[in-house]
Amino acid sequence: MLKIDNLQAGIEGRKILKGISLDIKPGEVHAIMGPNGSGKSTLASVLAGRKDYEVLGGSVEFLGKDLLDLEPEERAGEGLFLGFQYPVEIPGLSTTNFIKTAVNEVRKYRGEEPLDAVKFLKLMKEKMALMNIDQSLLSRSLNEGFSGGEKKRNEIFQMAMLEPKLAILDETDSGLDIDAIRIVSNGVNKLRSKDNAVLLITHYQRLLDYIVPDFVHVLYKGRIVKSGPKELALELEEKGYDFIKNEIDAAELADQVAEINK
Amino acid sequence: MDTTTYIKEQFDQLQSADSGSQLSAKRQDAFTAFSNWGIPTTRHEEWKYTRIGSFFNKSFEIGASKSISIDAYRLPGHEAANELVFINGQYSAELSTIRSKELTVISLEEALQNEYAGIANKHFNHSANYLKDGINALNTAFVTKGAVFAAVKKGKIVSHPVYIYNITDGQVLALPRTLVHLGENAQIQIVETFASVSKSESLTNQVMEIVVEKDAILEYCKIQNENEYANQVSTTHIRQAGKSLVNAVTISLNGGIVRNNTNVVMEASYCEAHLYGLYFPKGNTLIDNHTVVDNVEPHCFSNELYKGMLDENGTGVFNGKIFVRQPAQKTNAFQSNKNVLLSDTASVNTKPQLEIFADDVKCSHGCTVGKLDEEGLFYLQSRGVPEKTAKAMLLHGFAGDILEKIKLAPIRTYVDQLIADRLEFEIA
Repeated sequence: MLKIDNLQAGIEGRKILKGISLDIKPGEVHAIMGPNGSGKSTLASVLAGRKDYEVLGGSVEFLGKDLLDLEPEERAGEGLFLGFQYPVEIPGLSTTNFIKTAVNEVRKYRGEEPLDAVKFLKLMKEKMALMNIDQSLLSRSLNEGFSGGEKKRNEIFQMAMLEPKLAILDETDSGLDIDAIRIVSNGVNKLRSKDNAVLLITHYQRLLDYIVPDFVHVLYKGRIVKSGPKELALELEEKGYDFIKNEIDAAELADQVAEINK
Repeated sequence: MDTTTYIKEQFDQLQSADSGSQLSAKRQDAFTAFSNWGIPTTRHEEWKYTRIGSFFNKSFEIGASKSISIDAYRLPGHEAANELVFINGQYSAELSTIRSKELTVISLEEALQNEYAGIANKHFNHSANYLKDGINALNTAFVTKGAVFAAVKKGKIVSHPVYIYNITDGQVLALPRTLVHLGENAQIQIVETFASVSKSESLTNQVMEIVVEKDAILEYCKIQNENEYANQVSTTHIRQAGKSLVNAVTISLNGGIVRNNTNVVMEASYCEAHLYGLYFPKGNTLIDNHTVVDNVEPHCFSNELYKGMLDENGTGVFNGKIFVRQPAQKTNAFQSNKNVLLSDTASVNTKPQLEIFADDVKCSHGCTVGKLDEEGLFYLQSRGVPEKTAKAMLLHGFAGDILEKIKLAPIRTYVDQLIADRLEFEIA
């Protein structure tokens, strides 16, 4: 589904991703973990098409298409969804109107008829129940004055409405208490199927207790330095990121020493 | 013939044709002031960014009334509204409709002679105390039988909104003049708009003075959406007595040079005023909002929010003055001006000006100028909304908190649609 090959990218002339390769198949859940500043959010941003990031090399194929060649809205049309770490507040734009526009734009992209008001409301009611979200929240301006938990729930609600093939969730757990994590995870789990995939980006292992990944990757200094089954997350939680950092930094140092000695 | 000579000649003609009028002496004083001040140049502090003189460099006529059809310019809801029509600055009783029995509309000249004489004399031309320039004086110098006095008696609520149309036809200088008196505990809703019949260079230099007596409520809305040949200096000068309430919304979307003077003078305690404005120039349009809130007595509240979206070569000016006089303790006065630049060639000049002489007050001001929020744009796009629609949604949202202040539903819907059309955006 998603094939990232030696992706290098940066911002303002600074290279952050230094060659990332990752293969995600339908039905899989991948988790990317890593210390602060390792490039996790950069990866999410580049995949979703944020303009201030510059791709410096490599390729990303999504369902057979060159993802990096598409506008952000086209990526959404193709079935990519990014759950924001910091969902943006948009004053004066009602959440319901926004979601209706988004759903119908995505349908238009796929050559489907727009949903009429009745069908849209029916779909919305169904997904609201799933996400335990209240009507009053949806008639307010998009994310404006929402609590952290409400914002994240709204993200997953939008994901439910848009039914993406690949959802990238960027630190969806950050700032959430345990109850909110449970609600959000529950929503994500209900949306999992053999046809779609999830890429979880997180700093902590806790979220992975609720959304159990098939693979865990550790990102450090712009590279995936370790991949493994879900148990890797537990090991990280136990030992902290330092054991990986030390391993990598020692290897780097050894390389540099070898270079000098040559 | 140059402009000055033409204006002088027209003034002399008016004075000799209408020599016995109550208005004659008032005109003479104003003309003397006009002659001293002249047309303001950009060296005048209040006209620094607005070159109104460019209109006076060309030939024009001081407008005379005409009979035209106004159907094309009527605002939604007019079937249930009072309509006051000014053609080339002169009130047309024939084209106007007064539906509400609570509303008295007579000529200013008549008001100066009948039961309203005390009120009319007391309040007429109070704006001259705040607008010390040739433009305001020029309007007063040409006040004629075509100037209007409107009154609402104590305790009366005007049952229909009052729509005021300022229409020009030809290459004219139009000088409409209105004095509105809202008696104690009375209420009125006024919507004012401008239109021009032809694509000729015109200037409407309009002055409306509104007196809001104790406990009275004024809802006021101004809509400016003209072609680029139509220029306006539109003065709305409001005097408030104790515990009165004013809501004023100014929507300026299009025109040549559009200058609004919105003044609120709070002359007694516990007055409340909300001033909102939205300006959205494109092409070479300049939209200039000068506001004054003058707190004379204690315990008054005012809140100002002006928002600008500036497109193409459009220019915006915001100058917000707040005076808090020494006795006006416990004043709350807030002001905010927010601007979004939509092109590299659009610009805005914004200047808050607070003069506070009391020591126990809460006053704040702030202004922002920026580009459209990139982060918001990306957020909407990442959900599948194309860039153009996403921009329109953001701007429509930006305008939203001004639009929602328009109380009259048909007018609010109408303005919302005008903005949506400009943004090529479908309102859900």
